[in-house]
Amino acid sequence: MIVIVDYGVGNIRNVERALTKLGMEVIVTRDIEMIDQAKAIILPGVGAFRDAIGNLIKYDLVDCLKRNAEKGTWIVGICLGMQLLYDKSYEDGEYEGLGLLRGEIVKFDDSDLKVPHMGWNRLIKQREDELTQDLTDQDYVYFVHSYYLKSDDKEQIIFTSSYGVDVPAIVRKDNIIGMQFHPEKSGAVGVKILRNLKELIV
Amino acid sequence: MLTKRIIPCLDVRNGRVVKGTKFTDIRDVDDPVVLAAFYAQAGADELVFYDITASSDEREIFLDIVKKTADTIDIPFTIGGGIRSLADFDRLMKAGADKVSINSPAVNDPQLIKEAALRYGSQCVVLSMDVKKNDKGRWDVYVKGGREYTGLDAIEWAKRGVALGAGEIVLNSIDTDGVKDGYALEITREISDSVRVPVIASGGAGNMEHFYEVLTDGKADAALSASVFHFGEIEIRKLKEYLKKKGVEVRL
Repeated sequence: MIVIVDYGVGNIRNVERALTKLGMEVIVTRDIEMIDQAKAIILPGVGAFRDAIGNLIKYDLVDCLKRNAEKGTWIVGICLGMQLLYDKSYEDGEYEGLGLLRGEIVKFDDSDLKVPHMGWNRLIKQREDELTQDLTDQDYVYFVHSYYLKSDDKEQIIFTSSYGVDVPAIVRKDNIIGMQFHPEKSGAVGVKILRNLKELIV
Repeated sequence: MLTKRIIPCLDVRNGRVVKGTKFTDIRDVDDPVVLAAFYAQAGADELVFYDITASSDEREIFLDIVKKTADTIDIPFTIGGGIRSLADFDRLMKAGADKVSINSPAVNDPQLIKEAALRYGSQCVVLSMDVKKNDKGRWDVYVKGGREYTGLDAIEWAKRGVALGAGEIVLNSIDTDGVKDGYALEITREISDSVRVPVIASGGAGNMEHFYEVLTDGKADAALSASVFHFGEIEIRKLKEYLKKKGVEVRL
């Protein structure tokens, strides 16, 4: 069973729809007992970091997620959900994240760029991974975000995208996976990534 | 780098896609969900649906189309038309819309932009504006399908909308809409230079070169059109191949 964590932010129906379409058995919940039984935990998210982490705390989900990460359960963060996996975010202040991966979430320098980074951008391969075995440097995915991951731990980064800076797009460390873009909105390429994810976690 | 986006627009009335020329004289085209799936498959980067219905019965039909579209396609889509309140925003976002665009109601109540941006994030709030050039060479904002002058200057209104939280601007030139003689390059460029959010040019596409012009000279981030796509005059894939050949980064 795959759980999509419903922590009260953003539109998570689209992620549910995309996974269900691929034949995955998905439950949307914030029930801790359910989450503890999951094979994979999807952390979606649209909105502000402060509200998101605030809600995770409010629903008592921080320890639950950390415990499951340690146990080896797949944790998949999408968009803001990926940012939550990290140590800290500087979105409208300074907020601690889940700290499952090393790095900080910082704002794009908007002096030369339009922010949010919104639209289709090309993926640039940094290393091989099962999750992305059939992806190439000619594939485009759909991004919508104003903050991005800055990290010294380059090993975790599978694909980047270029927008003024190198933007980590797909990251993975063992059982922890993050995607900064929206695979559920990335057409055929997004479907490919989610299908690989399914192979990996089911 | 980010690609330039090609966006087919579907005007929907009573559950069917229609397209007006200069906002009058409407012709029936197709089933919106079928057409949306077709465009997504054909390489459209995004879709825009405008609800041009009037009655509440028809609004329910439209909401159902939004849900079916969200179930069917896997690219982003924006809903516009008939959004007057945060409650309307809620309904459409829950039905599966990725973004919601507001036009006249934003002019009447600019705080709506702010409230929607606070609730859903700027990336979900699109400011749509209809503009027309005045005899002093400035551009004015109109509402009600171009019939009513608002007293607003286009550039000032765009800046204000972005300051309030709009994450994207759809700029529709009333004079060029439906005429197929090219987008309004000058005002598109001026708005694009004035704000830090993406600008989608709308109104005037008649051939592939018009797209090239507005995405380069006009500095638009995306180009929207309806009729050239609906009537098969331009195929999206061929358009993108043409743009790529001319050095414009597109998703192929």
